[in-house]
Amino acid sequence: MPALWRSTFVLVMVLLAISRPSLASEATGNGTEHTITTLPIVIWKWEEIHFPYLVALWVLVSWLCKLVFQLNPCLTRVIPESGLLICIGWVLGGIIYGADKVQTFRLQPFTFFFYLLPQIVLDAGYSMPNKLFFGNLGAILVYAVIGTCWNAATLGLALWGCWLGGAMGNIDTGLLQLLLFGSLIAAVDPVAVIAVFEEVHVNEVLYILVFGESLLNDGVTVVLFNVFDAFVSLGGAQIDAVEIIKGIISFFVVAVGGSLVGVVFALLISLLTRCTKNIQIIEPGFIFVLGYLSYLTAEMLSLSAILSCTFCGVCCQKYINANMDERSVSTVRSTMKVFANGSETIIFVFLGISAIDPSIWVWNTAFILLTLLFIFVFRFIGVFLLTWILNQYRLVPLDFIDQLVMGYGGLRGAVAYGLVLLLDENKYKEKKLMISTTLIVVYFTVMLQGITMKPLVTWLKVKRAAVSERTLAEKIQNRTFDHMLVAIEDISGQIGDNYMRDKWNNFEEKWLYWLLMTPIARKSCDPIFNIFHKLNIKDATSYVKEGERRGSLAFVRNENKADVDFNKKFGCIDFMTRSSKDENIFFLRDSVPSVCLDMHEQDLKMRESEDFDAHHLLQQHLYKGRKQHRHRYSRKQLEVNKDEHEVQEIFQRTMRSRLESFKSAKMGVAPPKKISKHLKKDQPQKMPNGKSTDNSKSHAYGDEDFEFSEGDSASGYEAAGGSFPMRAYRGAGIVNPAFMAEMDTMDPMPPMQQIPSWLAETEVDSSNMVPSQRAQLRLPWTPSNLRRLAPLCLSTHSNDSFLLADSPATQEGISELPPPPPPQDGQGQGTHK
Amino acid sequence: MHIVIKLFGVPLSCPITNSMNIWFSCFLFIIVTPAHIVRLYDRFEALDKEKTGHLRPQDFGAINRLAMNPIGDRIIGAFFSPGQETVDFHSFVRILAHFRPADKKHPKDPSMPEPVNSRTSKLKFAFQLYDQDKDGKISRAELLQVLRSMLEMQVTEEQLESIADRTIQEADLDNDDAISFEEFRKVPLGRARRLTYQHGPLQHSAPRILSQPHRK
Repeated sequence: MPALWRSTFVLVMVLLAISRPSLASEATGNGTEHTITTLPIVIWKWEEIHFPYLVALWVLVSWLCKLVFQLNPCLTRVIPESGLLICIGWVLGGIIYGADKVQTFRLQPFTFFFYLLPQIVLDAGYSMPNKLFFGNLGAILVYAVIGTCWNAATLGLALWGCWLGGAMGNIDTGLLQLLLFGSLIAAVDPVAVIAVFEEVHVNEVLYILVFGESLLNDGVTVVLFNVFDAFVSLGGAQIDAVEIIKGIISFFVVAVGGSLVGVVFALLISLLTRCTKNIQIIEPGFIFVLGYLSYLTAEMLSLSAILSCTFCGVCCQKYINANMDERSVSTVRSTMKVFANGSETIIFVFLGISAIDPSIWVWNTAFILLTLLFIFVFRFIGVFLLTWILNQYRLVPLDFIDQLVMGYGGLRGAVAYGLVLLLDENKYKEKKLMISTTLIVVYFTVMLQGITMKPLVTWLKVKRAAVSERTLAEKIQNRTFDHMLVAIEDISGQIGDNYMRDKWNNFEEKWLYWLLMTPIARKSCDPIFNIFHKLNIKDATSYVKEGERRGSLAFVRNENKADVDFNKKFGCIDFMTRSSKDENIFFLRDSVPSVCLDMHEQDLKMRESEDFDAHHLLQQHLYKGRKQHRHRYSRKQLEVNKDEHEVQEIFQRTMRSRLESFKSAKMGVAPPKKISKHLKKDQPQKMPNGKSTDNSKSHAYGDEDFEFSEGDSASGYEAAGGSFPMRAYRGAGIVNPAFMAEMDTMDPMPPMQQIPSWLAETEVDSSNMVPSQRAQLRLPWTPSNLRRLAPLCLSTHSNDSFLLADSPATQEGISELPPPPPPQDGQGQGTHK
Repeated sequence: MHIVIKLFGVPLSCPITNSMNIWFSCFLFIIVTPAHIVRLYDRFEALDKEKTGHLRPQDFGAINRLAMNPIGDRIIGAFFSPGQETVDFHSFVRILAHFRPADKKHPKDPSMPEPVNSRTSKLKFAFQLYDQDKDGKISRAELLQVLRSMLEMQVTEEQLESIADRTIQEADLDNDDAISFEEFRKVPLGRARRLTYQHGPLQHSAPRILSQPHRK
């Protein structure tokens, strides 16, 4: 709390500092033009710098506002940030008004449209979840175009009706002016919507619908605004069918043209980033400059600037992220967030400040209240109507609650305010009334609806999620079902089989990648390759760390989680002596994760009887079905995708289990197969690997994880990198079965051959090198089991545990062998220990 | 004895019994549209890289996304009946048919055999993902394996075991330290129930095929 007060105080001081000099400068400004009589040591040069100085100070003040209430998290949990910023704006405006007796600062349309809005739109486009956006583009367009027209038309007509009925008293307006007012206030505002929806967590389809709508409908608004503005200038008498048709045509031209300008600039950016390798420092700058230029160009051509900027961001993100250096990408991302979040803050603060100015307020109860009512009601009607139509065609229909939230999320914001300020007071006698109404509407929607949105969503959600998972079995089973359905969808190709998308993907791969991406970036587009790349890096890091650990004490400082993991899992179970040593080290380390893990375990031991704990554990650590992975847009934080780690982990495990099923099966069959050429090629590269694995084997039992992934990723690396021209082999004779299928296309098997190819590979291995000890030991029972289990043995865990269950004694025998054989399944042994 | 029939425009060469079965499964067991079959056949051919008419485990393994599914390999395994290393189109469809949404609108005809997409057979499919040794029971070891593949790596073995024990305790009604199918299906399913009834993935394919022209 003291901090809060202190910062408030600082803020007020800053404010006074701003407003005082401005007064002082006005008072003394004219009198300072005296000739120099002597060399001045210090000169007061406020006049020259006062404009940029004020701008900078205002930015600072706005951002300090944010800082002030972020000190109090309870407040932000109840009231959305945008609402709070507006409140602070009121306070600041009050202070300024109190000091100056006139409102010197207000949001100017020019500033808003050219300096504050572009970066927000660019950021929204750049970090747009592309797949989701294009997947729902149809629905988004329907809402954005038809929905906005509907809102504008109904609001205008309804107000007109009331005006004719005499409900508003004596105001000087007309149908066209009211329609114009309707059109400028019809659009849901991206700034406000993102600010509020970011804090309430709704499902991603709903989110993208509202968000996409708010972005795209600005194009519609601007067109409608211009058309009606022109109509008002023409006057009602001159408007005939031709003019209306022209209006409709201009609508399409503006919207489509704006998007096209954006796409052209996206192409330009992508092409440019192809050859910025040598100027990495200013690489990120190009994105901003060209993005801004796309906005300005569209504006210059009187096309929709917002659409242009959005599409520029949406289209170029993929290519520039691939082309640019990783550091540049993160620079772009964080800078984008700084700009967007910063200007959003400024916008809201100034929306508040602008209100504290008696000269703009004209009160007309009927007009204002009716506008509020109509906006609210027609938004709901429009959403329900359009959703009903869309649901006839949608795969996953939007349910009632989604529609409610969507209707309720129709927040108006700064765009409407900026537009209303653009009106010409000579033409629109009631401009001030319109401004006040717009401000009221903005405040009402942002504050009231923003505040109630969160409770509403939680309340609706609670009602929905009444069926909770009470038992562990239920929880596990539910998750299994999730995974199962996802897998079946993958198998039956539900997702990838969209005709248009296929065509587009083909086109993109064939031409766009070639055109827009550097050759290196093109290669890394393969998702599998990406994962392998990351795994490789991870393995390399852990390898280095492992080396440090053995060699020096340096490891104490940089311990990573993976190591802790296997120490816990493998070390203490299998190698008691080693693990005790490890435990010592373990406590020496000052890394957080290890401590957490340890405490967690202790915890578990203490309250093992408590169901809650197990539930919690499951909830936290069960892999999520892919459907639940969120792609979220947030202006507040850079996205760190935790899901990706999860996917990698699963991937690694799958690969391991496949590998092991191959290992355990490899002595089984030996069909004729000729592969020899790559072995030589790979050997030199593989030598280090082989060595390192040997090392680790003799040193640490628990290294199995690490060893495996090293080999695995190495082979995968090659396979993926070379677009599968060769069979991936590694020195130890391990083949990565995951890639066999792809490789088989190069070298098709005779159709009648029924043996899976990863079994077929074995022949080479067995002929070229000595099978591993474990494989030899297993020889007696592997072949028969293999035959029986072949269809199922893809999941090695099961396979292994069958074997283990069959002969626990032998298994122990194996692990006692010096040196330890490649541990097949540390976990499996853990089970049966 | 093979015949070549033109099934909805797709020439299928198959033994008579098989084609009969396809028709049978088409119209009796699972009420699918011809478009479904055609689509699935396309998919089957796309997966069948060597055009043998049979899919092998590694054909499934080539689906990248499956490698990112913790129980993907088990599901692949479920497509292959014991002793067989390939699956033909007919079995492929039959297995996928499990995931048709249960038809709630048409009341079940008692004279018909139980449809393959009923709740029971869906649960049975899930059950056999756990029950890898096909003894009709999910033993502790089997449950542990599933848990191990579905939980993140940092969960320790002890935690895993305690979860498994607890789960079996919960579900085990006859105290044999294993979960039989009867016990399995009695687990109160919240989301899973909903999923089995409504959100079968093939449900989505129907509108997607039919409404393709409408979608952007």
